[in-house]
Amino acid sequence: MSSREHILAKIKAIPKEASPLPEIPSFESPLGHKAAFILSIQANKGEVITESELKDFIAINRFEKILNLTKGMESLSTQPLPSDAHELNELEVAIIQGQFGVAENGAIWLTDENMGLRVLPFITEHLVIVLNEKSLVSNMHEAYNKIGIQHSGFGLFIAGPSKTADIEQSLVIGAHGAKSLRVVLTNL
Amino acid sequence: MSHPTKASEFLQDAAKAKWHDETLWFVRDKRDNISKTIPEWEELRELASQIKDNVLANLETYLVEFEKNAKANNIHVHWAKNAEEHNQIVLGILQNHQCKAIVKSKSILTEECHLNPFLENNGIEVVDTDLGERIVQFLNQPPSHIVLPAIHLKKRDISELFHEKLQTEKGNEDPTYLTHAARIHLREKFLGAKVAITGVNFGVAETGEFVVCTNEGNADMGVHLADVHIACMGIEKIIPRRKDLGIFLRLLARSATGQPITNYNSHFRSPAPGKEIHIVLVDNGRTEQLGREKFKNSLKCIRCGACMNTCPIYRRSGGYSYGSVVPGPIGSILSPGLDVKKYSTLPFASTLCGSCTDVCPVKINIHEQLYEWRQEITKAQGTNTKSISMKIANGIFAVPFAYKITGAMMRGALKILPDSITYSGLNIWGKQRDLPETPKETFKDWYKKNRK
Repeated sequence: MSSREHILAKIKAIPKEASPLPEIPSFESPLGHKAAFILSIQANKGEVITESELKDFIAINRFEKILNLTKGMESLSTQPLPSDAHELNELEVAIIQGQFGVAENGAIWLTDENMGLRVLPFITEHLVIVLNEKSLVSNMHEAYNKIGIQHSGFGLFIAGPSKTADIEQSLVIGAHGAKSLRVVLTNL
Repeated sequence: MSHPTKASEFLQDAAKAKWHDETLWFVRDKRDNISKTIPEWEELRELASQIKDNVLANLETYLVEFEKNAKANNIHVHWAKNAEEHNQIVLGILQNHQCKAIVKSKSILTEECHLNPFLENNGIEVVDTDLGERIVQFLNQPPSHIVLPAIHLKKRDISELFHEKLQTEKGNEDPTYLTHAARIHLREKFLGAKVAITGVNFGVAETGEFVVCTNEGNADMGVHLADVHIACMGIEKIIPRRKDLGIFLRLLARSATGQPITNYNSHFRSPAPGKEIHIVLVDNGRTEQLGREKFKNSLKCIRCGACMNTCPIYRRSGGYSYGSVVPGPIGSILSPGLDVKKYSTLPFASTLCGSCTDVCPVKINIHEQLYEWRQEITKAQGTNTKSISMKIANGIFAVPFAYKITGAMMRGALKILPDSITYSGLNIWGKQRDLPETPKETFKDWYKKNRK
């Protein structure tokens, strides 16, 4: 008997009482999504900025390695998406389009089509996500309703920059991944 | 070694023990505060509990569905009866790819299977990439907490360690400085690894996808740069539907660290072009636990660590005092299922206050199971020191005359007995406890005098 058969047979042999799978209510919050989303991003140590603030951020820091995958900010891009993910190691800024955001926790949903290469939002020094404020939803239940049966090889809820508190519980931003997250909210 | 013995070792550094206690309580407090911002919090716990009950009642169906969907997504699915088979499967995949060095993100299952020493004995370099796990790996220690692996260490310890291993400045204890040194060190490892191993937080039967949650982004840095991703998953990590993630992701990080969600929640459904994903489904004692009616609920655990942060014993005895991969209250009900003799003292490392049960996001009746394990263990072991004194006490309380005589004797004896006898090894309650001053007369005598 293979291990698969062995494990499944063992589980099957255990007497079990039926236990119904509950339906999940939507728990929608009546509060304004935009204000709540901004507070959530800030609590996660990210920032919500305008497009002109993004341009200032790039100019002041004199970033030279910028990769843009959004429609509308092509002029900021200094390099195309490489074929090998390892070539992104020196990338300073990645600008990508988010599909929607979640007000209760600041999580932004991305899939393969937004990331180009899956490592992009992690390996870049600074991450910028452009998000339409009309896309905001209240909570994670609404978020998964919105995702529905969408099929992507890789999906990601990203809620802030890379962080750790593994040394004496002191919060440090920029553990392995992006050292900052900036969200540009648009209203189109 | 027993829990009390190891706990007294931990308590020798009183200042550190106090810091440990207070820091974990602070995390518990954060969990309380954030849970109160969600009006439906208790309803979420109830739903999570019901979903997990449904999973345990239909586990084989969901596993088969998960396997079918994962395979349709070009994921390789492996099954392992035990730790040894799990380790062999992982080694086999590494050998197929002629891989000699891997990066690994947090996986309590691979700790349980002792994968690191097994791979190292087979000539493979394993690098744990979670910062806390890298720190304890440098020290050849296991994690002392499932969410905060290095919570037993102070920044001075880590500064000294990094000075030796990563050539950081001597005496520089700044957490940001030390973290960024680790970032540079681990970035090289990420760029060089051909295979990356992760754990799994949730496997979704409906879609065949699995979800991995981190704050550091280390799991993703590893797998997206490597050619092969191996995900090791206990069979109880299955959930039925994608939308169930809405419940569990709302509960997990809030319960674990008091944050609304982990910063990275990655949903792996199929490999990127030219890459491979393998899932190893592991039993290793889980089906036995499922067959124990009183203890099967322990398999609902989502490994948030909230029961550790709240536990008065865990906070004051440290993760290592348990001597098990999963410490704390949940570890004390899981571990005896794996080896009841080895872990026989763990269910007694509790005050049965029930705080673990109160904070558990999937409503496991942890403190009741601790009590049940005590019954099983006492039955199996026969008497111990505490139970001998309990039996004597039982005899005394049952006979009024014996009670009267003993009371008078004890009042006399406690005054004249030297501490060496009252606090002897036979009286384990004497440790760190002072006896009360004995009253001059009994309540009975007082009542006779004053209420004539």
